[in-house]
Amino acid sequence: MEQLAQQLVNGLALGSIYALIALGYTMVYGIIQLINFAHGDVYMVGAYVGYFCMVHLNLGFVESLVIAMAVCTVLGVVIERVAYKPLRKSTRIAVLITAIGVSLLLEYTMMFFVGADTRTYGVLPPFMEQSFNVGGVLITMKQIIIIGVSVLLMVVLQYIVRRTKVGKAMRAVSQDADAARLMGISVDNTISFTFALGSALAGAAGVLVGVYYNAINPLMGVLPGLKAFIAAVFGGIGLIPGALLGGYFIGAAETLVSGYWSSLYTDAVVFGILILVLIFKPTGLLGSNVREKV
Amino acid sequence: MKNPLVRQALTLWVPLVLTYVIVLLLVQAGVVDAYMQVTIATICINIVLAVSLNLITGFTGQFSLGHAGFMAIGAYATALVTMRFDSIVGFIGGLLLGGIIAALVGFLIGLPTLRLRGDYIAIATLGMAEIIRILLQNFEFTNGAAGLSPVPQYMDWTWFFVLTVGSVMLIRNFVRSRQGRDAIAVREDEIAAESIGVNTTRSKVLAFTIGAFFGGVAGGMYASYFYVIKPEQFGFLKSIDILVIVVLGGLGSLSGSVIAAFLLAIISTLLQPFPGVRMILYALLLIVIMIFRPQGLLGNRELSLRLLPGLRKRRRDDAGTEAA
Amino acid sequence: MSILDVKQLTRSFGGLTAVSHVDLTLDQGELVGLIGPNGAGKTTVFNLLTGVYPPSSGTIVFSAHGQTTSIGGKAPYAICRAGIGRTFQNIRLFKELTVLENVMIAFQQNQRYPLPTSLLRLPGFGRAEDEIRDGARELLEVMHLGHKAEEYAVNLSYGEQRHLEIARALATRPTLLLLDEPAAGMNPTETANLTRLITQIRQDFGLTILLIEHDMSLVMQICERIYVLDHGIVIASGTPDEVRSDPKVIEAYLGEEVDHA
Repeated sequence: MEQLAQQLVNGLALGSIYALIALGYTMVYGIIQLINFAHGDVYMVGAYVGYFCMVHLNLGFVESLVIAMAVCTVLGVVIERVAYKPLRKSTRIAVLITAIGVSLLLEYTMMFFVGADTRTYGVLPPFMEQSFNVGGVLITMKQIIIIGVSVLLMVVLQYIVRRTKVGKAMRAVSQDADAARLMGISVDNTISFTFALGSALAGAAGVLVGVYYNAINPLMGVLPGLKAFIAAVFGGIGLIPGALLGGYFIGAAETLVSGYWSSLYTDAVVFGILILVLIFKPTGLLGSNVREKV
Repeated sequence: MKNPLVRQALTLWVPLVLTYVIVLLLVQAGVVDAYMQVTIATICINIVLAVSLNLITGFTGQFSLGHAGFMAIGAYATALVTMRFDSIVGFIGGLLLGGIIAALVGFLIGLPTLRLRGDYIAIATLGMAEIIRILLQNFEFTNGAAGLSPVPQYMDWTWFFVLTVGSVMLIRNFVRSRQGRDAIAVREDEIAAESIGVNTTRSKVLAFTIGAFFGGVAGGMYASYFYVIKPEQFGFLKSIDILVIVVLGGLGSLSGSVIAAFLLAIISTLLQPFPGVRMILYALLLIVIMIFRPQGLLGNRELSLRLLPGLRKRRRDDAGTEAA
Repeated sequence: MSILDVKQLTRSFGGLTAVSHVDLTLDQGELVGLIGPNGAGKTTVFNLLTGVYPPSSGTIVFSAHGQTTSIGGKAPYAICRAGIGRTFQNIRLFKELTVLENVMIAFQQNQRYPLPTSLLRLPGFGRAEDEIRDGARELLEVMHLGHKAEEYAVNLSYGEQRHLEIARALATRPTLLLLDEPAAGMNPTETANLTRLITQIRQDFGLTILLIEHDMSLVMQICERIYVLDHGIVIASGTPDEVRSDPKVIEAYLGEEVDHA
């Protein structure tokens, strides 16, 4: 019982990371139907920016988090403007291939400059190394920070999407870009804003993971990126609540598999979940069927 | 040049046989050093991988990111069979078995997922390839992460030539047949294809299965030449490598894939001293091609000696503006 | 003898009912018009008849070659093979293929040869391919596109593309042909030519035709009967003269004009 509770706490922390990344996937997919393969690498860049701030500039955790989010916001917008915008009218395959190209470019450019070695965030402020024993379940301060920051960011995101003008524009464009354009919404700016929001969340996730696992490398974004995408598909791609649901589900599934079976199989299980979802409910848990307009 | 058979002989068979004989003589005379032999082998394997992926992605329009998975199956099947039955029969049997198992896996994974929208297929195939790799890494009979070695070497220039030319010809025959045209119709407009009686799921699964088969054969060629196979050689990046060839050559152009396989081999050789740069260049290549020439080098046309003087009428240049 | 029998056909998308309790019958050899203001649900009816969407409720029974098929829920390709061909309002050609290839793909569905024949070029391949090519060419001649056979479909003019859509639909050897705004975007001369062609192919191929069209002169000229759809409901049906003088029809159309103003 205690072991199960422990795994679930670990799963909650990991799931928060997946959920943060999945939000970016799902928002971008919702608005331009693109699997932004480079999204996991934006998260990687966030982790490196956080590393640079904390280790080389000796900045605090919060400042580093904010800077990483800011850098990733800019990066996300630049990627969208330079690589994806010229392809607005191209086939889906063309855009998808471009996204893979951007992903590889970020990974190997980073590797070119910082090397392929894994780096550590070094010694963290003492308050972050605390941990608490709650009825036999160990909860670390890092986990509390991860879950707390994630929830805070999700609340802010909900506020932006639901209550602000630009959020309304995002929802309008994802419903029908042409109609939104006729209503005077700048579709291009709205798409850029969506990338900005998603990338900021990914940047935050990067710093949080850097702190949590204390190890980062240029290819760290590949697998979490894929898993976060799977989380988004699981919950119903394009749906913000779906990304949260999926993120926490995949996080929990992963910690349970490694806790009760073998950590060698966690990735295979997650991909297996993906294939099962695609076969039995391709629209995801919360999604509904939509057919192409003829 | 009026008689089509004479024309075919002159434009196809004569150059092919000449290529075979010349390389054979060069190899036997010792002019082709070990490094060049490896390059030739790599080019041949990449051609088979690229044309088979092109069948799936370029001709049928189904975006697969898991071709390395099929290659892995073929490689392990050939290795396991030839390590047990070390004979030419074992080798041929292993190659065929690898192709068939890969085709079977392709069929089983394709049947449910090919009904889905294009980008889901990409993720599903990626997931499939990752699962295959992880299983190979953990199975006992595949010797885990250490992989298999020594795999008996049966691949020589003759085998490379026969298998590569044979694979390209079979896929070319498929593409230029009723089944191939159905597949192309699916790529062009799935709803229109269905409306004129094309069973689109069947068409996609057929192309996917055949592509998987030749992916498996390419894996067998790899295993039987390079002695050692490990699961890590068949990861996501291998699938990307193959995709880069297909995209560079042109989605829907077999000759494009062949040319691109040569080109990338040359680029790889030139970049040998700068390993860090190779992937950056590949990445830029993908992005730049998609933005400025999404149809690749040859678009979906074919290049042949017969067509060189006057290529068929140009298609509009912005091929692929139709949003899928 | 009725060839198509539609009863209580209904389709809703979320909260919107696009087609509601539509009854429609076509007799063998008839040429019937389906008209109505924009957004009345005409194309949705075609999409239901050809299996693009399954109906929410209601039945579609199609009888051809002495066989009776229930259409509801069947896949589009199966419906096509049963004998219903169609064209698309928003033109869906295989753009990067030649005009000839467009028609060959439809034609070859009735001219099958097995996979080994394709892969290994076994005997019979050449002859089968020739038959497909010749059959497709013939249909191109019928639709006055013979001289464009080697052009890419995307390079055809608008009117030619509409002709090609019809040629491709004919190649599936339908007994019932559904034409979705075949004259849209054509000038009066082209429309007149098309009108003659439609009458001609109906005769030569023994077709039953259901036609969506906004060009009223075309509809009134060649249709024997007309169904009028508004807001997903059949508001009138009958001969052109009956429909023309029906007050409900006039209101539906005039009301639309007011909306637009």
